[in-house]
Amino acid sequence: MHVAREGEKQVGRFWSLLFLMVPVLGVLVFVFAASPDSKPFLDHWLPLNINEQGYVIDDLFMFILYLTGVILIVTGVVLFRFLWKYDAGRNSEPVKYVHGSHTLEIIWSILPAITLLFIAIYQMDAWAEHKMRRPLLEDGSLKPALAQVTARQFEWRIRYAGPDEQIGTPDDIHVVNELHVPVDEDVVLQIQSEDVLHSFFLPNLRIKQDLVPGMRQFTWFHANQGGIYDLVCAELCGWGHYKMRGRLVVESREDFDAWLSEMAAEQERTQPEPAADGEDE
Amino acid sequence: MSDEAAAEQADEHADHGAHKLTLGGFIGTYVFSRDHKVIGLQFLFSTLLWFLVGGLLALGIRWQLAWPWQNMPVLGNMLFSAEGGQISPEFYTTLFTMHATVMIFFVIIPILAGAFGNFLIPLMIGAEDMAFPTLNMLSYWFMWPAFILIGASFFQAPYGAGAGWTSYPPLSSVVTAAPGSESAQTLWLMGVTCVGIASMLGSVNYLTTIIQMRAPGMTMFRLPMTIWAMFITAVLQAFALPVLTAGGFMQLMDRLLATGFFVPEGLMVNNGEALSGGGQPLLWQHLFWFYSHPAVYIMILPAMGMVSDIISCFSRKPLFGYKPMVFSISGIAGLGFIVWGHHMFVSGMNPGLGMVFMTSTMMIALPSAVKTFNWMGTIWGGKVQFTTPMLFAVSFVSMFIIGGLSGIFMAATPVDIFIHDTYFIVAHFHYVLFSGTAMAVFGAIYFWFPKMFGRMMNERWGKVHFFLTFIFLNGTFYLMHVIGTVGFPRRLADPYHYKTFAHLQPMNQFITICAIGMVATQVIFAINFIGSIFRGPKVGRNPWRANGLEWMAPSPPGHGNFDFQPIVYRGPYEYGSPEVDEDYYPQIKPPPEDAPDAVAGPEE
Repeated sequence: MHVAREGEKQVGRFWSLLFLMVPVLGVLVFVFAASPDSKPFLDHWLPLNINEQGYVIDDLFMFILYLTGVILIVTGVVLFRFLWKYDAGRNSEPVKYVHGSHTLEIIWSILPAITLLFIAIYQMDAWAEHKMRRPLLEDGSLKPALAQVTARQFEWRIRYAGPDEQIGTPDDIHVVNELHVPVDEDVVLQIQSEDVLHSFFLPNLRIKQDLVPGMRQFTWFHANQGGIYDLVCAELCGWGHYKMRGRLVVESREDFDAWLSEMAAEQERTQPEPAADGEDE
Repeated sequence: MSDEAAAEQADEHADHGAHKLTLGGFIGTYVFSRDHKVIGLQFLFSTLLWFLVGGLLALGIRWQLAWPWQNMPVLGNMLFSAEGGQISPEFYTTLFTMHATVMIFFVIIPILAGAFGNFLIPLMIGAEDMAFPTLNMLSYWFMWPAFILIGASFFQAPYGAGAGWTSYPPLSSVVTAAPGSESAQTLWLMGVTCVGIASMLGSVNYLTTIIQMRAPGMTMFRLPMTIWAMFITAVLQAFALPVLTAGGFMQLMDRLLATGFFVPEGLMVNNGEALSGGGQPLLWQHLFWFYSHPAVYIMILPAMGMVSDIISCFSRKPLFGYKPMVFSISGIAGLGFIVWGHHMFVSGMNPGLGMVFMTSTMMIALPSAVKTFNWMGTIWGGKVQFTTPMLFAVSFVSMFIIGGLSGIFMAATPVDIFIHDTYFIVAHFHYVLFSGTAMAVFGAIYFWFPKMFGRMMNERWGKVHFFLTFIFLNGTFYLMHVIGTVGFPRRLADPYHYKTFAHLQPMNQFITICAIGMVATQVIFAINFIGSIFRGPKVGRNPWRANGLEWMAPSPPGHGNFDFQPIVYRGPYEYGSPEVDEDYYPQIKPPPEDAPDAVAGPEE
């Protein structure tokens, strides 16, 4: 028992303050990271979002961040307060001989339950928007895919419909690792894998969908800003996983159409017999 | 009781039930021992050694993320001479696969259930030994095939298993998908299956022992939280493990017999032959997470139990809300079986299921919150002694709050779309598993060390160890939340060629430096641990003035544990009871003549 008590008289304050640092620094790190021009944390925040349906994800992220930040501060400060006040070296009052409190247990069960149920229900609409409500055409039918993206070890193969407006026919236009989409339009993509699992991750569009061989999957978005963005594989797919990089080019409808016909022309040139022209009707 | 002479302990070793628990001789006593304490220590030493291996593997990962393709000083040429001192991308996949495999299957699960479960269960319930000593011995020795198989997989040329610890097919089940790890992946699967068998043998034993062998008076609601947690953990293992074992065999057959459980029809990978298939890759994910999500609780519930005991002891105050604590552990375990889908929100699973799993996952935060508030309630109004075990236990609470709160981000399906498979998740589970469980394990080692070896660990160096680990682990893991917020993906050997992530390298270098500091700090622990076994100051039975039965046995306890028949009169948390003069009231101390029997027990 002598050993257990050694050197405990003064150090209680030090350890209490150390635990107080957890919520203080924990919140400060996020404050710095979120502020737009803090030096060591420059751009260490959610990357630019250019997807109309991505804002809701950022908003939910911030909502949970504020909520958890408050909880972190409150619980951290309470823990600090208890350690500080009830330090054996300084607390001369007798120990409170209690075994619990039924009322408190009820309160701190029901409050988190209500909060969490609220969060869960509050999120469902955003989830449905991303994964369940595929954009429709004006006549109410499902909007067809603009392109088919096939992941394979370790590249993205992309095919656009040729003149027959059908994907999967011989006149398709093929590109590798470069996905062009028009800006300010609902874009639907059919995404799939032909070998192992991959994940179609567009950080700037808040899109992520694992690709499962044997399944046909769809994803959709509405980009509102042109530019060149990263297409990342986010599911381990083998040794070359890290280099499975694609480019997403968001451009105006005219530029997109021009690029597509340029790609079509280029593809024609590489074919040994340009006889396929006649079948375009 | 607490200061009884150590002299009789020597005799203790020789008599009291020794004949039926050992096979005799050095080998029978210390190697193939059936004594739960020896088996517990065998688990402890094995897992601590693997902890070192897992930590070094983590540094390999951190090196690559801080200075990709750079020659590691000194080590680079020794380890990777064939690649000119670089970590090759193949080896990088092996690094993170093995880091997770070693840490989960060889460190956290066996150190909690194997080391502490074995050592503490009979002592804390007042039993001579486990219900099935031979089975208990086998549960340790089934770890060895796993050690050997997975160790061998690491050294298979050209490179080891590289499909991640989750081993998702088709990458893991189609041989041509990862040509370099052909036999390594097979050995890895066999090894994990052996770990499953070992855990299975252990869990059956723990359940039987806790139900059948409690000392007179030790009702279920007088069990320490550690034992409750071990009990619930054993239930989880017994019911969830068969699913993983079945899944593991199916994947083995996919690899060896081309059964195609997890492979769709006609799949061709890497120009290999088309597979007849007919299976579904998602099936594995369901089977795997049906075990591995409960396994997440297997990896934290015992830590929660031990932390409850330590906090109550060093607050010198009864545990706040004993029964709510028991119910919340059971609640976590029950809910743990219906939340596995939250690992699969973006996997391609029916998105409608995502909503169901989101709701059940959110609910699991509720019992976790109850536990946290009860730990704080225990400290409230006590007399806190800042011993090394207490510091680790309080840091568990503090860090578990962070790990729990960051879990809410992932449970929210829309937010998970963005942060899934990023460092935000890596931060989250390291807060739960390292900052949580591993810190609790350190606390438990400092706390029960006197019982294990009859000597104290050095308190001063223990506090230095705590302080440095605490600083470095936050420097390492907290900032991973920040880079995760940018979307920094996991498992990429070189993420900096993406322009979204190129500017994150300095932050990763800082994280790596903290990680190196954290691993280096453990040298202090290793020296303190080994040194104290031989040179620590000797102590009596109850150096912490605690209530539990284990503190009434000699330190270290001989074969058969107790030199008297323990009879239990009350729960284990009667600190500061007005009935007695001391600030503790051991479970075996008979109540004063005039008081009604066991009036102070929490249940009465």
